[in-house]
Amino acid sequence: MSAAIAEMPLLEARGLSKFFDGGRSGLLGQTRRRVTAVDGVWLQVYPGETLGLVGESGCGKSTLGRCLVRLQEPSEGELWFEGNEITHQSMRELRPLRPRLQMVFQDPSASLNPRRRVGELIAEPLRVHTRQSRTEIAERVGELLRVVGLQPDHYYRFPHEFSGGQRQRIGIARALALNPRLVVADEPVSALDVSIQAQIVNLFADLQEQFGLTYVFIAHDLSVVRQVSTRTAVMYLGSIAEIGPTEEVYREPAHPYTQALISAVPVPELDSERREKRILLKGDLPSPMNPPSGCRFQTRCPQARELCREERPQLKAFGGGRSVACHFPLA
Amino acid sequence: MTTDAAEPLLDVRDLCVSFHTEDGLIRAVDGVSFHVDPNEIVGIVGESGSGKSLSVMSIVGLISDPNVVIEGSVRYKGRELIGLPQRALRPLRGRDIAVIFQDPMTALTPVYTVGWQIVEQVRAHEKLSRRAARRRAVELLDAVGIPQPDAAVDRYPHQLSGGMRQRAMIAMALSCQPSLLIADEPTTALDVTVQAQILELIHRLKDEFGSSVILITHDMGVVAETADRVLVMYAGRVAEYGTTRELFSEPLHPYTWGLHDSIPPLEGNRPTRLSSIPGSPPALTERPAGCAFAPRCTYRFEACEQLPPLRGTREHQAACFLPPGRRRAADRHQDQETSA
Repeated sequence: MSAAIAEMPLLEARGLSKFFDGGRSGLLGQTRRRVTAVDGVWLQVYPGETLGLVGESGCGKSTLGRCLVRLQEPSEGELWFEGNEITHQSMRELRPLRPRLQMVFQDPSASLNPRRRVGELIAEPLRVHTRQSRTEIAERVGELLRVVGLQPDHYYRFPHEFSGGQRQRIGIARALALNPRLVVADEPVSALDVSIQAQIVNLFADLQEQFGLTYVFIAHDLSVVRQVSTRTAVMYLGSIAEIGPTEEVYREPAHPYTQALISAVPVPELDSERREKRILLKGDLPSPMNPPSGCRFQTRCPQARELCREERPQLKAFGGGRSVACHFPLA
Repeated sequence: MTTDAAEPLLDVRDLCVSFHTEDGLIRAVDGVSFHVDPNEIVGIVGESGSGKSLSVMSIVGLISDPNVVIEGSVRYKGRELIGLPQRALRPLRGRDIAVIFQDPMTALTPVYTVGWQIVEQVRAHEKLSRRAARRRAVELLDAVGIPQPDAAVDRYPHQLSGGMRQRAMIAMALSCQPSLLIADEPTTALDVTVQAQILELIHRLKDEFGSSVILITHDMGVVAETADRVLVMYAGRVAEYGTTRELFSEPLHPYTWGLHDSIPPLEGNRPTRLSSIPGSPPALTERPAGCAFAPRCTYRFEACEQLPPLRGTREHQAACFLPPGRRRAADRHQDQETSA
């Protein structure tokens, strides 16, 4: 891991922001309401690592993920992949990069055309991006089916004939078809039952080892992210609150939000003292349309002080590969 | 829990829920029995399709499918509910037994304010003036932790966040101080920090109002923290049943072991691989005649081709043929595997 840090990042976000302009409001509709979904994110993804991205709904983790693979164009900042800037490249310019930059989605059924056979679905990226012959493609599809743990005869079946876990395997096979370097997985296991979830989590680990993949793994489930990630970034209201090696972030969170988030997870154990020690946050996530002044978390933070209301803390490194955006970090 | 231990609040015996389909009668819930004592929280866990919601919703007559066949016995305070016409169930539902759902928008209408909906509910069951009912609504919204309740009472559901909406629905469910609250995945759609607040609220409901709760969930963590007793369901049947303590310290059924092991730990060593349960749950049409879990079970043997009955002590039972000796050995083996 520490060796990976020294390397050049595979993907890098430099002050990346994404705004969505809402409907007009105010007198004569002069002012546009702007939602800042991603707010100046600095992030490096190193080859071979799994970067976990956690946060609650509306924190911007999915939008960030979609910006990272350029399914959405960032509004501000820069995005670099393999040493090239790709922030504002057109779809045409991006095309040669697409094979190396893939995405796996939460709901596999929504990303699979119900009228196509599974074999055709997996062959599609190969037909679009390579000049392989029919037999070569068929061979590759057979190999992919095996790699993700499906049967060769599944080639001729339709997506509806599969269970949720199997459909996610199909989605993964499509993402792998072109030998990507980076896979951004957006909540890939959250729609699955626990027993199936464990199978898919294991599959992600196996594939990483086998093909040297790099993952950005987006999820709201903190135990799953802990299991899969080398490093974890915690997001709150569009920005990164804390980032660092997974074990350390979980064991000794530096940001009060990370601490509250981890303490809120119900653990399947008896007599856990967690319920007494739990930090119950008050209220909900503020609206990203109208974020609070100063630190984004100050409205819910148990230790907010004067400074937190006035000045917004920047993400600062404090050693051990860890960074935190807090005026009064805990670690 | 000590009071009235002899007579449970709710006693479900051999409940079966089937549907008439083109392929004949399909049994989705198959012989489920359990009881709920006064002032206790019973958790029902299971994966999607295990019949956990179906069995509980059929208790209160909330399955409106014309093809449904509900058999067995459900006694609430000694009174049989199965076979009661909707007209007879209506005064019970909402006042004695309240239900909250995963998605609050299934229970709240978007065209009226939250306060209007609570007032309507209160006045349907109690003789109360509009003004008094409104006062009750504000008190309830306050009790469930909605900030500025006197303003929130005039809001429409879409003006509230997900967590606030869930609270408004709980306030509505509590409006007549029900003896039994049925909560169907009440926190699944919520973020963990909000989930923690709602679970705290459910605890308070038991401690302060003395209500009983049936908590339906797929999350073993939620069960461990909230329930007094737990029912583990698999493919429409009860796999294991016991106090939360026993179910987590000495689980008996291989499916329960599998559930425990599938969950990645939040603390301590990270296993290199999670021990997962192979395969997936059977479709209801393809459920084996014997133990439904057998095809996925590492410990299956000849006996598993028969349907296992629930065996064990009165307080802790499992539907599994594994002899106790082998079971303990198997469990220990499992422990070694995960710690290795």
